[in-house]
Amino acid sequence: MLTAQLPEFNVDRDEDRCIQCRVCERQCSFDVYGYDVQNNVMIHKEENCVACQRCAVLCPTNALVIKENAYTYKQNANWTREAISDLKKQSETGGVLLTGMGCDKPHKIYWDHILINASQVTNPSIDPLREPMELRTHLGRKPDSLEVKDGKLSFPDYPKVELSTPIMFGAMSYGAISYNSFKSLAQAAHEYGTLFNTGEGGWPKELRKYGSNTIVQCASGRFGIDLEYFNDAAMVEIKIGQGAKPGIGGHLPGEKVSEHISLTRMIPEGSDAISPAPHHDIYSIEDLQMLIHALKEATDYQKPISVKISAVHNSPAIASGMVRAGADIIVVDGLRGGTGAAPKILRDNVGIPIELALAAIDTRLRDEGIRNWASLVVSGGIRNAGDIFKAIALGADAVYVGTPALIALGCTVCQKCYTGKCAWGITTQDPYLTKRVNTEIGTQALVNLLRAWSLELKELLGCGGINSIESVRGNRLQLRGIGLESWEMETLGIRGAGQ
Amino acid sequence: MKDLSKVNNPYGDDKVISQCSIFGMMNTTGEVFSGKEIITAIRNMHERGNGLGGGFAIYGCYPDYPDDYCLQVMFDTRANREETEIYLKRFFHIQHSEEIPTCPTEVIKNPPDVYRYFVQPKVEELHEIISDDDIVIRRVMKINTTLDGAYVFSSGKNMGVFKGVGFPEEIADYFCLEQYDGYIWTAHGRFPTNTQGWWGGAHPFSLLDWTVVHNGEISSYGANRRFLEMYGYICTMHTDTEVVAYAIDLLARKHGLPVDTVMDIFSPPVWEQIDRMDPDDRKYFEVLRSTYGPLLLNGPFAVIIAHHGEMVAHTDRIRLRPMVAGIKGDMVYASSEESAIRLVSKDLEKVWIPVGGHPVIARLKELAKDDVVEGGRELLKAEGMEV
Repeated sequence: MLTAQLPEFNVDRDEDRCIQCRVCERQCSFDVYGYDVQNNVMIHKEENCVACQRCAVLCPTNALVIKENAYTYKQNANWTREAISDLKKQSETGGVLLTGMGCDKPHKIYWDHILINASQVTNPSIDPLREPMELRTHLGRKPDSLEVKDGKLSFPDYPKVELSTPIMFGAMSYGAISYNSFKSLAQAAHEYGTLFNTGEGGWPKELRKYGSNTIVQCASGRFGIDLEYFNDAAMVEIKIGQGAKPGIGGHLPGEKVSEHISLTRMIPEGSDAISPAPHHDIYSIEDLQMLIHALKEATDYQKPISVKISAVHNSPAIASGMVRAGADIIVVDGLRGGTGAAPKILRDNVGIPIELALAAIDTRLRDEGIRNWASLVVSGGIRNAGDIFKAIALGADAVYVGTPALIALGCTVCQKCYTGKCAWGITTQDPYLTKRVNTEIGTQALVNLLRAWSLELKELLGCGGINSIESVRGNRLQLRGIGLESWEMETLGIRGAGQ
Repeated sequence: MKDLSKVNNPYGDDKVISQCSIFGMMNTTGEVFSGKEIITAIRNMHERGNGLGGGFAIYGCYPDYPDDYCLQVMFDTRANREETEIYLKRFFHIQHSEEIPTCPTEVIKNPPDVYRYFVQPKVEELHEIISDDDIVIRRVMKINTTLDGAYVFSSGKNMGVFKGVGFPEEIADYFCLEQYDGYIWTAHGRFPTNTQGWWGGAHPFSLLDWTVVHNGEISSYGANRRFLEMYGYICTMHTDTEVVAYAIDLLARKHGLPVDTVMDIFSPPVWEQIDRMDPDDRKYFEVLRSTYGPLLLNGPFAVIIAHHGEMVAHTDRIRLRPMVAGIKGDMVYASSEESAIRLVSKDLEKVWIPVGGHPVIARLKELAKDDVVEGGRELLKAEGMEV
C-alpha cells in the first residue's frame, strides 16, 4: 500500500568516501541498506531509518551522516509534523501507536529550573579529593528512636540494604532487554556495591550469585516467581506501576520468548507474556498490605519489601497508605520514566513529573511523622549527577536509573525498543544482534558511569560544605528555583534564586 | 502565631549566620566559683565577636530554689509582663519572683525588662499523663510563640542563662554576673552577619537545663530542621543553634540517650573507620547512623553543651572550628582560643586540641569514675595534639 509518510531521516552518503564494504548493510537491523552489485553502490530505503546511528558509528570511512529529514509541511503550531505524521500512521493502520523509552515531550523539566548552593566565607567548602566524602546509603525502614537498656543500645533490627552510592539500576526485565545487557547490569551493580533490578521477567539461575546486589520484582504477571527467587535477592519489589505507562500492563510478544526466556519466566516457549494492568489480587490498599506481608513471611522478615508506583495526581496520599501498609521502601517513577514498549498516547500524557511528586510525597510523609518508616527511591528522567543531587535534596534516599544505563551500553534513545530490532543489541532477543553487547565492556561502561556520577556527587557535596549524603537528604535549603511559578516552588518546598 | 524569625532573622535568610567565641569552665567537684574568670576569658576574645550578641549560662546559681524551674523572661513592655504573669499564674505555682538585678551601663541600649520566676507546674490543669519537664517546655514554647513582647530565655532548675545584644563582657556587666556563683559557666561572644541583633537571639540557647553555645554554621541545617519538625519541634528562630538545642532535647531527654551517644550522632566516624571496627562497635555506629543520620551536624561547628553534672566540648568531625581544652586540678576548660584559658589559669596540667568529632566531656566526680573523658572509640583514639 502506498504510504503517505515521508521518511523521518535521510541517509547522506559521501560516495567519495564510501568503499562499499557493506558494514552499514550488516549493521542495520531495520533494513535500510542494500547493495547494487552491478553498479557497485549502496542503496538506501530511508523510510526504514530510525536514526539509531549504528551505521554511522561503525562506518570505517565516516561516509555516513544520518540527518533529520528537512521536509516541512506548512508551519502550524497546532498541526505539527509529528501530529500530522502520527495521524497518518493511524489512518493507515487503525491501531494504537507504540513507542519506546520515556516521554519526549517538552513538559517542564524541573531539574533544569533548580540551582544548587555553595559555601562562601562563612563556612568552608570541602575538597573531596583530600577529605572524606560519604555517599553510603541504607534503604529500608528506620526506627523512630533508639533506647539504652542496661548500658547497651537497643533497637528494632529492620531489614535493610546497603549501597555504596545512592544510584541503582532500575527495573529492566530479561526479555525487554537482552541477556548480555541484563548480565552487564548485574555485574556492574556487584562490582560497584549497588543494586540492579531484575524487572518482572524472572531471574536466570546462573546470575543468582549476584543476589546481594539484586532486587527482584513481583509484578502483575508473576513471571519466574518461587520462594528461592525471593530469598536469593537482597530486596523484593512489588511493581504496581511504571512512569511511562501508568495504569497499564505489559505484553512481551511470543516471538521473543526463547527457550532461555521461557525457562526464566516459567512460561511456555513462544507464548505471549502478558502482565495484566492491575495485580488481580490487589484492588485496594488492604490487598497491598496482604501481599507485602505475604512476601515478608515468604522471606522470613529478612528482606526489605518495596512497592513501586508511577507518579500520579494523588501520589502523596497513596504513598502514605503504602508506608502504613508496611512497605519498607517506596519507589516512585515519574512521567519521563522509560519503557520497552508503551502506547504513545499514555507515555506522553499520563502521570506527573517526578520532581513534583517526590517533593509532595516527602513533605506528606514528614507531616504525618512517618518518613522514617520507609525509604523513598525515585526514577524517571534522571540524566546526570546534578539531577541526582537535586532529587536527594528534595527528599529522595536514592534513585533508579534506566535510560542512562542503556545509553552507557550503546543506546542512542531512538525509541524503537518495542520493535525488537535494536541495532545496538540491547532491546532485542535476536542472537545476531544481542552479541553486540559484550558483557565485559558493558560492565565496565556501567561501572564507569557509577564512578563518574559518584565523583560528581562528591564535588557537589563538597562545594556546599557537606561531607555526607545524609546531610543533603531533604535539605531543600541547598536548592533554589529559577523560572518557576510560586505554586511550583511551594510544591517543591524551595525558595527562588536570590531569595 | 508570633513569628520569632521576623525579629531574629529580619531579612528571611535560610538561617541566621554567625561566627563566634565560646568558652566554658567547670569544677568537677561541684564547688561553685564566681564569674570573674570567665568574663576575663571571654573579653580576651573580643575580636571574635562584633557586639551583636553575648551571653552566659551558670549552673548552681540558685541554691535557695534548687527544685523549682527558674523561668527567666524578657518583656518589651509592662503590659506584656502583666499579660504573661496571668498566663504563668494559671499554669504554675509561683514560689518566688523578682526583677533580675541589672547595672545599666552606657553601652547597653534599649534593654528589655527581665524578670525571673521560680515555679512548679500545676499538674491539675492537665488531662493527660505528661512529665513536669514536658509541661514546662510546652508552656515556654507557648509563651514564646504566642504571647507578644514576652520571651522565656532560660527555664532550668538551679541554673540561669543571661544574654543580650552587646559584647559578652558588656552583658556580664549589665547583669552583674560577677556576683553570681556556679560550678559550670559557659560564655559566648557573637559575630552575626545580619546587621540587627535581638536579645532573644543571642547565645546560650537553652531548653530546661540544657544550654548550647555554638560557633559555626551548620550546613546540614535544612536536613536537621526537617527531621526535628517531624518530632514536633517548631524552629521559630531560624538559627542552627536552635536546632542543636532541640536535637539534644530529643536525643538526650526524650530518647534517653547518654551524652556520649548524642555526640556520636552529631559527629560519627566516617564509614571507612566504622568498617574497620570490631563487630559490636560497628553495629553500634551502623544503627546510630542509619537511624539518626538526619541529625548528623555537617559543616563547621564547635559547641559547648552543658546541663547539670556535665559540660561537653565538641567539634565537627573534620574540625573546621577551633576548640582547645585544658585541665588544672578539678577545673576543666574549653575555649575557642588557648590564650583565653591561659589568661585565667596559668599553670595548666594539660592543654590540648581535641581531635575533630571527639567530644571532651567533663563530669561531676560523683557521677563518673573519670571526671574528664575524651570521646571516640578505642580504635580511633588518636591523642589530641599536645600544645
